[in-house]
Amino acid sequence: MEILLQQLFNSLTIGSVYSLVALGLTLVYGILHIPNFAHGALYMMGGYITLTMMTAYGFNYWIAMFVSVLVVGIIGVLLERFVFRLLREAPPLHDKIAAIGILLFLEAFAQFVWGADFQTMTSPYGQVVTIMGLTFTMQRLLIIVSAIVVMILLYVFLKKTFTGASIIAMSQSREGASLVGININKVAMLTFMISGGLAAIAASLASPINLVFPGMGHLVILKAFVIIILGGMGSIPGAIVGGYILGFSESLGATYISNDYKDIIAFLLLVIILTVKPTGLFAKGER
Amino acid sequence: MKIMNNRTFMVALIVIAILFPLIFQNDYYTHMLTLSFIWAIAVYGINLLAGYTGYLSLAHAGFFAIGAYSLGLLTVKAEMNFWLALVLACLITSGVGLLIGIIALRTKEHFFAIYTLCVGYIIYLVIDKWDGLTGGVRGLIGINAPGNIGPITFETAESQYYLVLTFLVVVIFVIYRIVHSLTGRTFLAIRNSEELAQTIGISTMKNKLTAFVLSTFFAGLAGALYASFVRFIGPDIGSTAIMFDLLMYLLVGGIGTLSGPLVGTLMLVILSQNLQFLQEYRMLIFGPILTLIIIFYPRGISGSFFDWKRKRRNQTGNVLKPIKVKEG
Repeated sequence: MEILLQQLFNSLTIGSVYSLVALGLTLVYGILHIPNFAHGALYMMGGYITLTMMTAYGFNYWIAMFVSVLVVGIIGVLLERFVFRLLREAPPLHDKIAAIGILLFLEAFAQFVWGADFQTMTSPYGQVVTIMGLTFTMQRLLIIVSAIVVMILLYVFLKKTFTGASIIAMSQSREGASLVGININKVAMLTFMISGGLAAIAASLASPINLVFPGMGHLVILKAFVIIILGGMGSIPGAIVGGYILGFSESLGATYISNDYKDIIAFLLLVIILTVKPTGLFAKGER
Repeated sequence: MKIMNNRTFMVALIVIAILFPLIFQNDYYTHMLTLSFIWAIAVYGINLLAGYTGYLSLAHAGFFAIGAYSLGLLTVKAEMNFWLALVLACLITSGVGLLIGIIALRTKEHFFAIYTLCVGYIIYLVIDKWDGLTGGVRGLIGINAPGNIGPITFETAESQYYLVLTFLVVVIFVIYRIVHSLTGRTFLAIRNSEELAQTIGISTMKNKLTAFVLSTFFAGLAGALYASFVRFIGPDIGSTAIMFDLLMYLLVGGIGTLSGPLVGTLMLVILSQNLQFLQEYRMLIFGPILTLIIIFYPRGISGSFFDWKRKRRNQTGNVLKPIKVKEG
């Protein structure tokens, strides 16, 4: 029973990180119809920038994270402006390949600047707390709480502000949004900025319990794709719920099935889903 | 293109390829060319699927690895004759391809790419974790060089070069025949509009599956040749990094063109060999090149060359508008 509770807690931690990454991915997909394969590289950049800000400039964890969000957000904007906007009218194959090109570049860039070694990020929240016989590290609690706060903020932003409403409008119909005077290019850039920012937050939160290395985004992005297919491509609640579902299945799988094969669980899940329903779960009339 | 010109050109190319090791007598160059020919065979497979049928599979490094491991295991552990193992390796790969294709091809566009990306990753993880069979991260060593055909042995770099060259020429010829057959036209119809193809009575699933299985066959063949040529394989040959390499060769050369895979592979392999000092960081240059090419020259070097030639001819002769190509 205690192991189960401990694992449930762990899965909340992993699930929170997955949800944040998947949120960014699903936003871009839902609004711009781009499956951004480079999203994992943005996640990786987020981890490195926070780490560098902390080690090289001695910034406080939160300030470092803020800088990272800003920088990765700007990278996202640049990608939209100089790559994906030029491909808006191109066949769907091109977006994907361009994204792969960006992914390759960012990874080589990270390796060039920071080296290929695994690095550790020390969190100022190393304390261990014991609640009802279960031990938690502060960092893990922090991940869960911050992720939920970020999700609530994102929700409020999308539902309650005018800018948020224009993003939603564009996700429903690009032409319609443009007809009522929404600046499509601005919304597209903003979407990429939020998406990059979310990836940076996720990476900064997760790095102290994982490691920072050039390939750190690989598995995460693949899993994020699994999540958004699970939750319905482009659906925001779907990405959150899907993230936690995957987190749970992985932690439980690792405990009760095999730790070696825990990474396969996500992919098997996806293979099963798409085998049963090729258009993805909850597909809303694909174009 | 005039057929005569094209044929003379092809013959000239083959003659150059045959003479190359005799003129240069440099084992390093021969080795590099042999390797790039092997990659080119795999790229031709991907091109058949992505370029002609319009389905971007990201699992082909996995199929390449299946081919390589099949040959490796059959020759090393089962001590089978090389040629029998080569045939079996291709068949095993296309068999797996058939199973995966049946399921994967029900998905479309983004879903297909993501699905195959995950399939590729599963293949990689299985090879990596299945210590008992594949040797896990340590890989498989001591794979035999290609077996003799009668009196011909394949011990030297030159003989291996000629062997791989023969395979490549055969592959290109087969692809040429496929692309110019009714089946090839059907692939193009599916690429341009699957709905339309269905409307005129094409069984799209059957044709897509044919393209998929054929492309995995070529990936498996390339993998098997790679294993017997390099004599050592590790799980890394099934990684996404290799997949992206192959994709890049295809795109730079020209997706959906017959010469593209060869042009792209040769150019990039030679380029990255000459940029040795960049090895680890070559993606710093190639990543942006890939992105720029897809934005400004979506048809790669070969495709853009033919477009340019056509445009020039049209300016001098009749006013034929260049054919608008939807994809690739």
